[in-house]
Amino acid sequence: MATNSTSETRTCDTTGLPVCLTAQLFIKLSAVCAVVFLLLGGVAAILLALTRWQTIHLLPVDWFYRILTFHGLNMLIFWILFFEVAVLYFACTVPLKAKLFSRKVAWVGFIMMLVGAVMVDYIILKGKADVLMTSYLPLLAHPAFYLGIILVAVGTLIGVFNFFATLYVAKRDKTYEGSVPLVTFGATAAAIIAVVTLLHGAIVMIPTFTFAMGWTPEPDPMWYRTIWWGLGHQSQQVNVCAMVAIWYLVGYLATGAKPINETVCRGAFVLYILFINLASAHHLLVDPAVGATWKIWNTSYAMYLAVLASMIHGFTVPASVEMAMRYKGYTKGLFGWVTKLPWRNPAFSAAVLSVVIFGFIGGITGVTLGTQQINIIAHNTLRITGHFHATVVGGTSLAFMGLTYYVIPLIFQRDFIGKGWARIQPWLFGGGILMVSLGMSFAGSLGVPRRDYDIEPAGVYGASSHLFLGIMGVGAIIAVLALLIFVLLCVGTLLFGKKNAGRPIYDWGTAVALPGADESKVDAHWGMKGTIALTAVFLMCFAVYYFANWKALADVWPVQ
Amino acid sequence: MSLTVPEKGWYKAPEGAEKLWIGLALVWCMVMSVMMPYWHFRGKQNSRGEAYSVEPAAFMERTMTFVESGTVGDWNGIPIVEPPPGGEAYLAARMWSWYPALKLRKGETYRLHLSALDLNHGFSLQPLNMNFQVLPGYDHVLTITPTSTGEFTIVCNEFCGIGHDKMIGKIFVE
Repeated sequence: MATNSTSETRTCDTTGLPVCLTAQLFIKLSAVCAVVFLLLGGVAAILLALTRWQTIHLLPVDWFYRILTFHGLNMLIFWILFFEVAVLYFACTVPLKAKLFSRKVAWVGFIMMLVGAVMVDYIILKGKADVLMTSYLPLLAHPAFYLGIILVAVGTLIGVFNFFATLYVAKRDKTYEGSVPLVTFGATAAAIIAVVTLLHGAIVMIPTFTFAMGWTPEPDPMWYRTIWWGLGHQSQQVNVCAMVAIWYLVGYLATGAKPINETVCRGAFVLYILFINLASAHHLLVDPAVGATWKIWNTSYAMYLAVLASMIHGFTVPASVEMAMRYKGYTKGLFGWVTKLPWRNPAFSAAVLSVVIFGFIGGITGVTLGTQQINIIAHNTLRITGHFHATVVGGTSLAFMGLTYYVIPLIFQRDFIGKGWARIQPWLFGGGILMVSLGMSFAGSLGVPRRDYDIEPAGVYGASSHLFLGIMGVGAIIAVLALLIFVLLCVGTLLFGKKNAGRPIYDWGTAVALPGADESKVDAHWGMKGTIALTAVFLMCFAVYYFANWKALADVWPVQ
Repeated sequence: MSLTVPEKGWYKAPEGAEKLWIGLALVWCMVMSVMMPYWHFRGKQNSRGEAYSVEPAAFMERTMTFVESGTVGDWNGIPIVEPPPGGEAYLAARMWSWYPALKLRKGETYRLHLSALDLNHGFSLQPLNMNFQVLPGYDHVLTITPTSTGEFTIVCNEFCGIGHDKMIGKIFVE
């Protein structure tokens, strides 16, 4: 390992960039914790899917809701937050050639997060917090449950503070010239949204904790829902930002793609910061006490300006990859470049699947279900769960998994074992999640509720509901198997992977320029013809699904 | 490159296909923005969130008065109550039942009062798949007009404890 005179950084043997060793340590610690919580959440996932698949109906009723609480917190909060801290610590140091602001602050944040997460998991498994992830008051859990969540939130905030302080010091010491790289910019957007999100968490969890201790009166249940979703939905928007930053990063690593217009990409991130925090309204669209005007304004993120941001990224990411391929000489027809993409690179295939599943399934369903009136035929059904398994799992988790195929060789300095398994893992996981998401969505369209142990007592759900729950179950088995492959590959590589210090990392597969490629033959502004066609198809799918739902709504009883 | 600082002069307006896409996306966003207010004036299914503050005990009292005034039958030990056309109907949600069952007439409009006596509950009318949130302390009023006849099942779709999946109610429409 090459180290400089102060021994605080090493030079990366692949990129030549200086890697801050303190940042590297906490990227490693956070990534390891993230993967452990992913595994816990994955075990819970298969138990839940095999219970809701009524033919198997595995768990007893109390354990079903217990494991459901466990699954939500480990997947949506712990896996994702730990991974995001790793992404933040990377984005503020390596691309800026900067050192992490403080090792002590990083330790404090990390330990608080870990203690909090362990506390929450312990108290759930003890059966003292069967309140599901949302813990809607007047449901009440053991005070340690809320305290654990507060610790995780504050620990994350401390990590975010370390990120901002690092940015400040890097700027002050001029470790880089001009503006920050796009990946750092995206991570900064994620960090800003995280601050707003975690403050909502503190505002709602602290009075709930003091109520659980018997010190203060019970907060209003509607107030709780309103503020809790400021935590619950916004935290998913942190994921969106981090995921999009990873799309750009992997596009660059695998094909050398660079943004067509930096202003557009950055502007889209700014739209996220400004408008995405209104999304808590998505969960209150059929609630009492918040009026139609409030619902419409907030659920549309003002006027869908955050959706606009996602649609912009949905164009610029594939367009930048297509342009990179065309510059390399793959100019045949609309889609000639597609077959030449580095499909064998698991980070790349994961990113592509993430874009497609997030956009076509997650995005379209999310905007439609979050339409104020359409929510009447979707609220609290499995359609909602179908939507967010496409965004958070098929989108974010898959992108995070993909990035890990670079994180381990670059940061842990070990080449992967089982490379063949790694190459198929994103496809298995993406395919499984697609089945989960579609199975849930169709069952939800038939009225099957989410968070429900048994649909038989209602006596209204027929054979097709059971069929879709079965599809969900089979999909879950495939996805969890792929998750296990991922965890085994990561752990196996950390234990047995060949050390790669002193040489560049194993090349997963990158797009190579054809001899005689001529960049000047590609139109810089209209050259991305394949992307134009794909986004046109996307917009048509969006419009069809959107208006089909208005039609379905028009068929139910009039209600005001 | 997304991992290195952008070249100088990166701040510039979008051009070509990118500009076109941003324009198209913005137009689509505006269409979706207009649809919701439009539906409030022209559409028949809206969630206005009309609600009044009410203590659970007071709501139960109103429900009991409603039950006494119009019981017309019995469903599994739960009274079936028929409100007058155009009148008020009360439906109390509690662990783990909907009280009472309702009998409504097709084409008539009712003001349906929903509230919970203990926890959050979810009013999910099947097989229509119409869903509304029910909270303790809030009298959530739906102005509703049945347009089909038959037996409809109310499923609870907000987690409310161990008996959640067995919390079933009925609305009969003639």
